[in-house]
Amino acid sequence: MGMPFNSGGPGGLRLDEYEVKLSDVDKAVYRRMWGFIRPYTGKLLIGVLLMAVTAISGLVGPYMVQVAIDSFIKTRDTAGLNWIALAFLVTAFLNWWSSYGQDYVVSWVGQTIIYDLRDQMFRHLQKLSFKFYDQMATGRIMSRLMSDVDAINQLVSSGVVSIFANSMVLVAIIATMLKMNWRLALVAFLTIPVLLLVIRYFRDRMRETFMTMRRRYADLNANLAESISGVRVTQSFTRENQNQGQFNQVNEQTRQANMDAISVLAMFFPSIEVVAALGITLVLWYGGVLIRGGAAGVTVGQVAAFILYLRRFFDPIRDLSQVYNVFQAAVVSAERVSEVLDQEPEVVDAPDAQAMARAVGQVRFEHIDFGYVPGQLVLKDVNIAAQPGQTIALVGPTGAGKTSIISLLARFYDPEAGRVLIDGHDLRNVTQYSWRSQLGVVMQDTFLFTGTVRDNIRYGRPAAIDADVVAAATAVGAHEFIARMPKGYDTEVNERGSKLSVGQRQLIAFARALCADPALLILDEATSNIDTYTEVLIQNALKHLLTGRTSFVIAHRLSTIRNADRIYLIDDGGIVEEGTHDELLNLGGRYADLYLGQFKALAEAEANVAAADSLKA
Amino acid sequence: MRILKRFLPYYRSGWVLVLVSFAQIALAAALGVAQPQVIRWMVDRVLTAGQWHWLLPGAALVVGLALIQGVIRFGQRYTMELVSQKVIYDVRSQLYQKLQSLSFGFYDKAQTGELMSRVTADVEAARQAAGMGIVNGSMHFGTVVFTVGAMLYMDWRLAAVSLVFLPFLMNAAIRFSGHARSAWGDIQAQTAKLSAAIQESISGIRVVRAFAREETEIQKFQKENNVFQTYNLKAVRLTSFWSNYMNFLAALGAIIVLWYGGRRVMSGGISIGTLIAFNAYLANLLNPVRMLGNIVGMFTRAGAGLQRIFELMDTRSDVAEKPGAKALGRLTGQVALRDVCFSYDTGETVLDHIELDVQPGQRVAVLGMTGSGKSSLIHLIPRFYDPTSGEVLVDGVDVRDVTLESLRHNIAMVLQETFLFSTTLKENIAYGKPGATMDEIVAAAKAAQIHEFIASLPDQYETVVGERGVGLSGGQKQRVAIARALLMNSPIIILDESTSAVDVQTEHLIQAAMDRVMQNRTAFVIASRLSTVMNADTVVVLDHGRIAAVGTHDQLIQLEGLYRTIYELQLKPAEEFRAARGVAV
Repeated sequence: MGMPFNSGGPGGLRLDEYEVKLSDVDKAVYRRMWGFIRPYTGKLLIGVLLMAVTAISGLVGPYMVQVAIDSFIKTRDTAGLNWIALAFLVTAFLNWWSSYGQDYVVSWVGQTIIYDLRDQMFRHLQKLSFKFYDQMATGRIMSRLMSDVDAINQLVSSGVVSIFANSMVLVAIIATMLKMNWRLALVAFLTIPVLLLVIRYFRDRMRETFMTMRRRYADLNANLAESISGVRVTQSFTRENQNQGQFNQVNEQTRQANMDAISVLAMFFPSIEVVAALGITLVLWYGGVLIRGGAAGVTVGQVAAFILYLRRFFDPIRDLSQVYNVFQAAVVSAERVSEVLDQEPEVVDAPDAQAMARAVGQVRFEHIDFGYVPGQLVLKDVNIAAQPGQTIALVGPTGAGKTSIISLLARFYDPEAGRVLIDGHDLRNVTQYSWRSQLGVVMQDTFLFTGTVRDNIRYGRPAAIDADVVAAATAVGAHEFIARMPKGYDTEVNERGSKLSVGQRQLIAFARALCADPALLILDEATSNIDTYTEVLIQNALKHLLTGRTSFVIAHRLSTIRNADRIYLIDDGGIVEEGTHDELLNLGGRYADLYLGQFKALAEAEANVAAADSLKA
Repeated sequence: MRILKRFLPYYRSGWVLVLVSFAQIALAAALGVAQPQVIRWMVDRVLTAGQWHWLLPGAALVVGLALIQGVIRFGQRYTMELVSQKVIYDVRSQLYQKLQSLSFGFYDKAQTGELMSRVTADVEAARQAAGMGIVNGSMHFGTVVFTVGAMLYMDWRLAAVSLVFLPFLMNAAIRFSGHARSAWGDIQAQTAKLSAAIQESISGIRVVRAFAREETEIQKFQKENNVFQTYNLKAVRLTSFWSNYMNFLAALGAIIVLWYGGRRVMSGGISIGTLIAFNAYLANLLNPVRMLGNIVGMFTRAGAGLQRIFELMDTRSDVAEKPGAKALGRLTGQVALRDVCFSYDTGETVLDHIELDVQPGQRVAVLGMTGSGKSSLIHLIPRFYDPTSGEVLVDGVDVRDVTLESLRHNIAMVLQETFLFSTTLKENIAYGKPGATMDEIVAAAKAAQIHEFIASLPDQYETVVGERGVGLSGGQKQRVAIARALLMNSPIIILDESTSAVDVQTEHLIQAAMDRVMQNRTAFVIASRLSTVMNADTVVVLDHGRIAAVGTHDQLIQLEGLYRTIYELQLKPAEEFRAARGVAV
């Protein structure tokens, strides 16, 4: 928890800053956004139509006031006054329902687009390969799915409405004023340039201050998220006060940024009012001059109507000036959303991919080259052969490429060269679904979903009946502790597994893998969090369960390694040695060295300790 | 109301500014009434009666008034925000403090996403209402009061008739706020659900993929997304219906003014200028009416948000400090558990009458099956949880009688899940001792066997490790965590040895680091290595929350018990392998 709160992982994407200029935005982004709006153009047209009705019915009011004053009140025409009041009532009623309809239609479109966009993003995320997730932290994906999508909605439900509705109102007001009295109208319009200057002045300042504000909020949220995730460590190390100090600092910066933004805002609206008052002044003064001259036929009713119109004249202009900000925020968000949608899944089903039948379990890696970054091979010319039912152990130092091998086996990635064959089928020629649904995988990181223990165990095979679930749990030795919990298999767990210990979660992950009744089992260092005794239970259970199932195990424990049918020693992206435990030990090569080397490592470690001690003294 | 009573005290320190702001609001509202009066006067005296020498000064007065009003309106908002932003600062700060102090028991049940939405979205809702909401709300209120007053003053008959719509408006506003409250509550709750659903399937994407369950996740998401859309549309329908209905009621007022006011002008009761001023006043009323829905919504959201915020603030930490808790000095490292029972709130007994005595400097290995209570046992010592009955003593003092900070300062931990913060390695290692010198940090890193690795990085100790320590392997993270614990130099150390995801060499490095960390300290180790068990002064074997056996390895191996089983099945084969390796040399 320190000064720079970069929540980003390595090699982050470019759109983490808010300062993206509209001119930098790719045209494709607009096209994509248009693609989301297009299905609803019909509805939006209805919305625009209703806006027109709203704009016109809202503006006849002042006109009727003028007519009433000049034509009926001054001439004492009571019947005419009745009629004009009735007409006014009808337009007001029309205005009520048309504006209701307009709001509803436009918001409906906005909400539906949000729904579509989120849906498409979520589906796309389910397809994206691990490479994407390797470089994009969960929080950043979340903010694209939640806040950015909301910002785009703003564009539809505020931006579009604003542009159309306000433009219509503006045009209608200008036309009416010109028609009533063009001289008076032109004088009133003198305020428009002043207004535009004021708006321009404030717009830049608002943009700056709001950008700073958003950045401060991002810092604040990053700090919070990390503080919550790391709270256990914080409490263990009694860093609460220190963290509070850091948080207060970020909090204070957020407050400052808020004040700056609000100050500009608080100055902006009164300034507009002053300009509006200037317009009224001009109308009163010039109206007076004209009436005094008597020539232009200006009436008191017209002056009254003009004052009413002027009050409504400035709102649309002010709103239109805001649209730019909404629009800019939306476009930046749209680009961030596009960035996710544009990520091509690296692993895709071939057009003619076949569904794979239940595999027998023969696995072959043929001359596999593979790397996460172009030009940097992690695996070089790897060849592995497993006969059905065999247990294959992968051993070797960290970073040797063991995890890459099993990732290729599950086809989380595709190799750069070579083929992975299952029962003679190249994995690239079968559908991902048909292959992965035959896998049972237990990874280092035990992840449980919100739901019951039962649902978690049958996650890979929802059709599993209770007896299957219990059988799987019993086989891995999880049944005992599950049954001991008050709610048994109906105990609710979540992401962090709530009250389950890490070992218990791993046992459930084991049961989950077994319940899927996989044709091929992959264990990635899966037993490391289980205590020795439990592990023995599992090892015994697995001994029976592995029969008839090919399995790949990244193993560190001796018992696993020793019982494997074949051991591959991986180092530096290649296979260094292969054989059974006894063969490799007798070979006296790298495998044997690796274990003997432990003594050396131990000696080095002790030397380090001595060095540290002397430094302390 | 209860929420308001709770929230108001936050304004206490800024009450002078609040009063100043309210004074300005009142003044601005009063000035807002003046403009139509000037216009009325202009129409009657100048435009109709022809007193042309008043034309220019009268017109200029309109701008002058607006200018003054503008300055005041800026002032009212700025003054209020000065206070309210500080209020929100305090709320956030307090929430943060609360979050930092809540016990492990709370976090066992909490979801990060849901907590985040409280501290961000709910506080934001409160912030909007606390400043802008109050200023605009009272401004509108003031405008209504002064405008109605001016109307009554000009012509009470016309005022009375034109304001018949007001009761309807109030009624509409109240009904709308009722509907809006429940609608916004639904949306806020659903937002949290939707984010939680998305977050979970993203965090668990590897499992989803491995089991080919993408469709299930999409369906789960769609269900939440659908409900979210439904709630939003419901809110939209409500808002647009009621706000436009309220506009309509306001327009009714204008129609009545025109119709009845026109008749009053005809009968000579009022002047045309008065009629025009009435129209202007109705327009003045229109804005508060339009905004009424907005403001009601704003306060409703803030109310709902504050309720959740206060709920969180009121959450009692299971392990609260006693009022007069004393600070511990440096402990010698004696630990005792006296008849300790423990269960989580599900009621299941996790620890059952545990008795344990550990002398300073002793090394205690804890063994047992998964779920036997090992983690719970070690979590009781730094008081992450409190025992259901019995007591935990350090140097003879009950841990509940001392301050948490002084207790935990005496205990270093290497937790099972290694969490590193998104900052430099240096800061991560110095996490428990922020003032540590570079020499101390390097010494700790060396002892934890991670110095060489760090030194090989381009930025060395300044390397930033990302979310959850992205970029480091499990073994590297663990050694950083060990260095972090070492630097605390505390008399008691608690280790969870069940190391995850490391290769053989790394495991040896970690083991060496752990041995180093345990020297000259009272150590509790959840053991999974024979060497640890052999070197321990005491081995505690747990079985279903009870101590099945206590003793040294040599003593325990003589007994026919759980320890013997564990030894035979796992520890001995490993030992034999070591011997076999010796032969291979």
